Amino acid sequence: MAIKAIVLRAAGTNCDAETFFALQKAGFEAGKVHVNELINGSKNLSDYALLAIPGGFSAGDYLGSGKVFANKILFKLNNEVPDFIKQGNLLIGICNGFQVLVKAGILPGFGGNYNEQLTTLTLNNPAGFQCRWVKLKGQKSRSVFTKGIEELNVPIAHGEGNFIVKDKGTLEKLYAKNQVVFKYEENPNGSTDSIAGICDESGRVLGLMPHPERNLFGINAPNSAYGKIPEEGEGMKIFRNAFEYLKK
Amino acid sequence: MENEIAISRLADEGLAELSSKMLLSLDLHELKTVQAHYKKLGREPSQVELETIAQTWSEHCKHKTFRAQISFNENGKKKKIKGLFNSFIKKATDKSKKKWLVSVFTDNAGIIKFNGEYNIAMKAETHNHPSALDPYGGANTGIGGVVRDVLGAGLGARPFANTDVFCFAPHDFPRNKTPEGILHPKRIFKGVRQGVADYGNRIGIPTVNGAILFDERYLGNPLVYCGTVGLIPKGMEKKKASSGEVIVVVGGRTGRDGIHGATFSSIGLSGESSASAVQIGNPIEEKKMIDAILKERDLKLYTAITDCGAGGFSSAVGEMASETGARVWLEKAPLKYKGLAPWEIFLSEAQERMVLAMPEKNFEKFREICGIEGTEATIIGEFTKTKKLELFYSNELVGEIEMDFLHNGVPVKKMKAEWRAPKEKEIDCAEPKNYGSTLKQILGMPNIASKEKTVRKYDHEVMGGTVGKPFEGKENDSPADAAVVRPLLSDWKGVVISNGINPFYSDIDPYWMACSAIDEALRNAIAVGADFERIALLDNFSWGNPENAETLGGLVRACEGCLDASKGFNAPFISGKDSLYNEFILGKEKVSIPGTLLISALGIIEDSRKKVSMPFKREGNAVFIVGETFSELGGSHYAKLSGTEKAAGKGAGRVPKVNFKKAKGIFSKISALMRSQSAEEKIIVSCHDCSEGGIAVALAEMAFAGMNGAEIFLEKIPLGEKIARNDFVLFSESNSRFIVEVEAKQKEKFLKAMKGCAAAEIGHVLSGKSLVVNGLEGKKIIGEPLDDLKRAWKKTLDW
Repeated sequence: MAIKAIVLRAAGTNCDAETFFALQKAGFEAGKVHVNELINGSKNLSDYALLAIPGGFSAGDYLGSGKVFANKILFKLNNEVPDFIKQGNLLIGICNGFQVLVKAGILPGFGGNYNEQLTTLTLNNPAGFQCRWVKLKGQKSRSVFTKGIEELNVPIAHGEGNFIVKDKGTLEKLYAKNQVVFKYEENPNGSTDSIAGICDESGRVLGLMPHPERNLFGINAPNSAYGKIPEEGEGMKIFRNAFEYLKK
Repeated sequence: MENEIAISRLADEGLAELSSKMLLSLDLHELKTVQAHYKKLGREPSQVELETIAQTWSEHCKHKTFRAQISFNENGKKKKIKGLFNSFIKKATDKSKKKWLVSVFTDNAGIIKFNGEYNIAMKAETHNHPSALDPYGGANTGIGGVVRDVLGAGLGARPFANTDVFCFAPHDFPRNKTPEGILHPKRIFKGVRQGVADYGNRIGIPTVNGAILFDERYLGNPLVYCGTVGLIPKGMEKKKASSGEVIVVVGGRTGRDGIHGATFSSIGLSGESSASAVQIGNPIEEKKMIDAILKERDLKLYTAITDCGAGGFSSAVGEMASETGARVWLEKAPLKYKGLAPWEIFLSEAQERMVLAMPEKNFEKFREICGIEGTEATIIGEFTKTKKLELFYSNELVGEIEMDFLHNGVPVKKMKAEWRAPKEKEIDCAEPKNYGSTLKQILGMPNIASKEKTVRKYDHEVMGGTVGKPFEGKENDSPADAAVVRPLLSDWKGVVISNGINPFYSDIDPYWMACSAIDEALRNAIAVGADFERIALLDNFSWGNPENAETLGGLVRACEGCLDASKGFNAPFISGKDSLYNEFILGKEKVSIPGTLLISALGIIEDSRKKVSMPFKREGNAVFIVGETFSELGGSHYAKLSGTEKAAGKGAGRVPKVNFKKAKGIFSKISALMRSQSAEEKIIVSCHDCSEGGIAVALAEMAFAGMNGAEIFLEKIPLGEKIARNDFVLFSESNSRFIVEVEAKQKEKFLKAMKGCAAAEIGHVLSGKSLVVNGLEGKKIIGEPLDDLKRAWKKTLDW
């Protein structure tokens, strides 16, 4: 049976097409759905096995990145997303999607509580939007998305990717429960401990600032004009892992 | 009619006074044409009528100078030109036999073929005047506008790449010399780049290519060019509104912002210029509208679409209904706030609006989709059979203009132009004592220096198709020649986007400036692998006041250059735009910008896996130069640095020329070899164009990009004429040249492929980390560590 994935859009979402493409390529039957269609009931989250919140500038990010989108999920969809996770489905938030997940309190989701904000993503330090390729180091984590990924070359493109924790306890807990998924080899934005991505306790929810969906082909990587270049890009592994997990 | 403007009895002075008071920007002949028209009708025009005519007839919308009859005095010989556009720009395209041209010069953007299912649309525009007054807002709406142009091309193209080119006064211009009423160039620079970043990033279109240039004459009148490339399904390139269909506005609401934008851009700037002529941008509004329209396009809900740009509804509705006629109910337009007069509603250039035509029965579905995306759609009128533009406000007729008069009534301008060819004399300066330090100084000149701090602020990766990036090299920070973008992730075929611009050559001869810009844009595209047979060009002129005969003479020369180069390379123009009156009044003095022509090249690479980049790749590989070097230092960066320009004035030296036959041979051979070589075992492993700063700069960039040094022998460089000086060989900016790194074992194959072209092995790639150059006499004249060269290149604009 087809495994269905939903790419959730809002006003200002702009990485939906490539995220959709990646999911399709990995084997999913993917659909693009506007959050307003979930709110008005014309589409149902329960029809899908994976929810992806792609990058962009939802509502312009004028009230803080991801904040408006997060509030739509919190107050218009009530418990739909937490229930979706608890039913064993997968959720990935990339860039703006990661910002949405932490601001809605879905991540870090300690003890299965998907409604408590303990971390945030704030203004880069040094300040300002920047677009560049970074090298990520895979951590020993429980994320089902990152099986076998030790290193990942992917671009970042954000102005608010500085990962901050509420207190020391939160950070300790993230480590203790193996919820730190990726660290930057060189910290580009001031993130605590160079953290680039985290997961929840189940390992089925992943949030990360860099964009794996922008490295779906070998020629997407920098310096890929010379010698043998693999056809598939490193970023595909994340989507393939998700599909393999759900297939089982 | 209410709000009549009494013009029937006005004498010449009265008419001129009215034009200036109402910011109509019409000349006396045009005003008298309007006067005579209304005398014939036996009434006075209403305000909205007069404003609509002025907007429609503005230089911005009608391109009167490019359509004018010009009597041209060229070196004492007189000739008549029946329109620059028809005689030069369009002529080469008309004669082109390229089968991949789909729609040229007729629509909001030019359209060429891409693959079996899709075509590509591109448009580039200027947004100079608004950016001078409000750099951030001007740049914002510059992008927003050109994106809507592409969204409004045919039945709508999906934008997938943006380009930006800026011209500013030097960032270190003395603050105490900045005239009153003018923002300091560094502030303009920062405002513009933030405006581009905040708008372009938010609407999710990668900014993949651009340039930034500096000259003091851009002090009061900076230039901001924005370009957009889009993908459109085959068969959707045509549109037609029919009588009986409704007029729908979608997107943002109408407000008082940007009133008179079109007429305002048709006059010079001064410290008194009003900022209310600048529009206000909201990228998310635009993004919502794009998302809605592309869905509606695929459901075939509408029959025609155009953007609401300069002139607002007046121009959008006026153009769409030019063959039919239209009735507009102005009170139905959704407003940002109450209190707008009918003419303000019709003329407002509020952003993020598109106007569409559709059968009324489709409107409900159309509105539903807009609702999901969170944007508004409203019926504001209908297309008729009357061939008239009828404007109502709450059932009252407030304006009625015949379409024929509105679109064809503007009299053809008659203008005078003059050109005297300068005497050709090469620059004269002492030879540098230390070539290494001269090279570092040139690398640090702002036109050449790294623009990384700006480019990093733009998302160039969104959509996942950018495979040829702004930066290349070991440390991802060296300058690529052109962008390679895959608009469809399911097809290896890519689009190549590059540009050519060099206003400094205009000071000597705008003809060769234009030829050089075209040569540069083409060789940039070819350097990364574009198919030379399939490159389309876009022209964007920014010029001074065309009523000055010498200024217009320069423009004529530039247009002649465009024709000859377009014909010579068989590269047709598909779209273009001009921005004139780029001058600033400083006290009693008028400062005109240098004649500036941006050429954008839009190419195709059949298999993007075959892309070629510019960093030196491997020790032992051979370094070749293709193309001859001449003593052409006029307008060069070396001339600026050596102080020749200061001593002899601008316009000194021999300007780089183009031998079309030879250049075409080089371009087609390089391009053919890149197409035929395998992606994994390339013969040409690196390629970089020689432009600003000449051979020396190109070599330095390739070396520090790859962090592989090179040893070069100047005596081996093929010269087009006798040159005895090392500095002239190193820094000449002769056109049509590439530096090529060739796989050591493949030299013979390369030379065979280049047969008939001036191609010579001039050295080899080193394992060491320095660039070594041996002079014409065989002595080492440069031996610079790559780190030092790179540092010199990176430090100037490091803020």
